[in-house]
This record gives sequence, C-alpha cells and structure tokens, in this order.
Amino acid sequence: MLFYSFFKSLIGKEVVVELKNDLAICGTLHSVDQYLNLKLTEINVTDPDKYPHMLSVKNCFIRGSVIRYVQLPGDEVDTQLLQDATRKESMHSKQ
Amino acid sequence: MASGGFGSKNARNTGTPNSSSQSSNHSNAQHELDPTILIGCANLLDEIDKRMLVVLRDGRTLIGILRSVDQFANLILHQAVERIHVGNCYGDIPRGVFLVRGDNVVLLGEIDKEKEESSNLKCVAVDTILAAQREEQEEKTIKELKRSEALKQRGMSYLHDSGINDEMY
Repeated sequence: MLFYSFFKSLIGKEVVVELKNDLAICGTLHSVDQYLNLKLTEINVTDPDKYPHMLSVKNCFIRGSVIRYVQLPGDEVDTQLLQDATRKESMHSKQ
Repeated sequence: MASGGFGSKNARNTGTPNSSSQSSNHSNAQHELDPTILIGCANLLDEIDKRMLVVLRDGRTLIGILRSVDQFANLILHQAVERIHVGNCYGDIPRGVFLVRGDNVVLLGEIDKEKEESSNLKCVAVDTILAAQREEQEEKTIKELKRSEALKQRGMSYLHDSGINDEMY
C-alpha cells in the first residue's frame, strides 16, 4: 500500500503518464486506487498527430496495468519521507 | 507488493463500500484505512451512463455509453461504435452492446463536447474510412518490408511485429 499512499500524496499535481503503447499523457492527477489506476483531468497528449482519438477527451481513467512510467514533479517528492516509509513498511511485514 | 504498512491488513472486512464519497475525498483518512474491494471501480462509478471513449490494447477505439463496471474494469458499453481514425478523418462503425474484458482496457476517456467541437477532425462514411485505413495499412507494410530489407543487407535482423505485442502489456 506504500505506493498507493505515495500517489495519494501527489493528487492535484501535474504528472506525465507514459503508457506501454508509447502514448504519453500529461495531466493533473485526480485520484488513484489500490491497483494504481489513475484518473487524470485536463489532459494533453504529447503527440496528438499520432493519437487523434484523444483530442476530444478532457478527463480520463487509465488502467494501472498499462502504465510504464509516471513522471513526477521532482520538487514535490520527499524522498527522505519515502525512504523512511519504506523502512517502516518492511519492518511491518517482517513482524 | 507487500501489503500492510499504511493500511491495516484486515481492513477489508469493513461492511459498507463508501463509493459515494469516493469522488470528492482527497485527504480522507477513513478512506485510506478502508481499502475495500470496491475502491478500484468506485472511480468509474462516477462515469456510469456517460458517453465514454475506450482505448483497447490492440489500438482500437470504442465509444459507447458506460452501463456497468467492476473492480477489474470489465465494462459494458451500450450503443457502442468503433471509431477509426486516419489522418484527420474518422468513421464510426455501429457495434451494439459491447462487453470488454478488463485486461484489454488501456484507458477510458470522458468525451468533452467543447473539445470535440474545437478539434478539426472530419466525420466521413464507414466505407471511406475503411478504404483509407486499408491504404494506410498497405503503406505501412511496404515501409516495414523496405526497412527489413535494408537492415538485412547490412547484416542485421529486424523483427517487425504484426499485430499485438503482448510483451508490451
């Protein structure tokens, strides 16, 4: 559940989601669930000529299983906190 | 992925799925501790009865009214059409009711009327778009062939994937 919580802390931030079919979508993170399905608002496709079907879409739901990368805003990520949380989680699972 | 950590392991057996409070909770602590099985689809429950665009793993695009979803993102689409894009033209093929198995879903997009009107895409007849698609496909095949030929001459093998590459998903 660590990454779920991590993504929840990024809600409202602008992210770029790169899919396994090479489609890259930039948008504001609206919500996330336990499968890391993402919901984005105000989306922009990086290469609209190649993917014309996305031109009429503003908000979208992306299935977690088709996501390759999520590019995050660097200054919004507290890596120290993330590291501590990882340690805490590993301690928990050992018990 | 290890469970536990932020949410307790036995939090699943909480009775009521809080699907109605899903859309607006950004910092709802209650929700964070209650990973009920319905959370996965709760997001999509807001989208029910709306006209949605669905992109499938094989690259096809369906548009239909979303009637039902579950936690795997299995979908029922009502009055579905398959939309084919070639260049800045598109054509719709009527398909009726569609049940899409969740693992084939790439994304679901809410169709925005304003954005749809402002895009300069042209709607054409089914036959026209099918012909255009065939032409595009043939062009692609010829290009691939030339490329593999050129690479072969330089002593490199080139595997071109025709159809779905499941490794990509």
